[in-house]
Amino acid sequence: MLSVSDLSFERYFERVFEPVSFDLSAGSLLLITGSNGCGKTTLLRLLAGLLEPSEGTISSHDQPLYAGHNPAIKDDLSVEENIRFWMKFMGTRKTDLGDELCEQVIEEIGLTPVAMQEGRTLSAGQRKRCSLARLLFCDEALWLLDEPYSNLDREGIAMLDRIIRSHLESGGACIMTTHGSLRPEGFELEECHMISGRERYAGGAAA
Amino acid sequence: MSRQTSPTAFTALLRRDFLLAYRRRAELLQPLVFLLVVTTLFPLGVGPSPQLLANIAPGVIWIAALLATVLSLDSLFRSDYEDGTLEQMILSGQPLALIALARIVAHWLVAGLPIVLLSPLLALWMNLPEEGMSILIKSLIIGTPVLSLIGAIGGALTVSLKRGGQLLSLLVFPLYVPLLILATSAVSSSVAGLPYTGQLGLMVAGLIASLTLAPFATAAALKLSLT
Repeated sequence: MLSVSDLSFERYFERVFEPVSFDLSAGSLLLITGSNGCGKTTLLRLLAGLLEPSEGTISSHDQPLYAGHNPAIKDDLSVEENIRFWMKFMGTRKTDLGDELCEQVIEEIGLTPVAMQEGRTLSAGQRKRCSLARLLFCDEALWLLDEPYSNLDREGIAMLDRIIRSHLESGGACIMTTHGSLRPEGFELEECHMISGRERYAGGAAA
Repeated sequence: MSRQTSPTAFTALLRRDFLLAYRRRAELLQPLVFLLVVTTLFPLGVGPSPQLLANIAPGVIWIAALLATVLSLDSLFRSDYEDGTLEQMILSGQPLALIALARIVAHWLVAGLPIVLLSPLLALWMNLPEEGMSILIKSLIIGTPVLSLIGAIGGALTVSLKRGGQLLSLLVFPLYVPLLILATSAVSSSVAGLPYTGQLGLMVAGLIASLTLAPFATAAALKLSLT
């Protein structure tokens, strides 16, 4: 589904992270670990196509779905209006379900009580849930999730695990970053540890 | 093809923009109040002589319209940029020029059209002779979309800067100069009883050119700002 070889990215003539290579097949979950600032987000943005790689190649079939740190939620629109907009804008195979699908999605992410509330009134965890709603109606086969567990409570984490599991079972794939404390549980996963360019350089100098 | 067609995305974006404009209506009123205040200040500053005001009316109204538009340009893409919406729109695979065009159309309808609607009142305040009135309105109908279209390029270029407002005005004002010259000259000519169709014709040409080119330039600028 996705194959990456010797991928690296330079910012101001300095490598952000050491070259990364991996292959991802349908139905698998890849966990990207590493300390803060080691380039996890940069890697996901490269894979999403928001940045151009300096070296190496990415070969993939189609556009992945990228859920980053920015939730893409409008403060002045209600939860329902936000989700409905993205459903209409992104388009979905299940589009004929319309309103019903929107209600289902809101229920599944557990935001029914605040569906009519404006985006500005949501807590950080609720915002995260709202931005993850996209996972439920998108058609993309490959998901790039940047720190998806951050701000989520225990139920939220269980909900996300459930969504990812059903995605993997239906032949999708997922790449997820984490800085270590929260990890997906009960998944068969591959792991890719990232080393920042600077870390490697500092290590080399010490040796 | 599972993807939604582009026209659906276009109308979805337009609907969202109108809804947002309604929720933030105080923000929208600001440029219009500014327009009214600037025009009111002129008689106080240059003296209330009716003939003098009639002479400078086209220029004053058009410059006030320019300033009011530039005030609202900075917010054109900024909030979408800051909350990550723009990122998701680019990744959605919808043509970026179409997204830009939807934003521009919405901007004109909520910021440009009210200027056109207010212009008879402004003309009255500035003692613009009756013959000039219809041409002033026509020049604004043709001209304000151009202001939004060209302004969107500037807005897209400065969206990633923390305080892009000043730079934005430096970027777009020189591009507005031909429009300003043509529009004011058309209105003055009509008041003086001279032909004005040439100026209006050139303005329409400018509108068509910017309508076909500005969305693509805006799309390229947005891409540049995001990477």
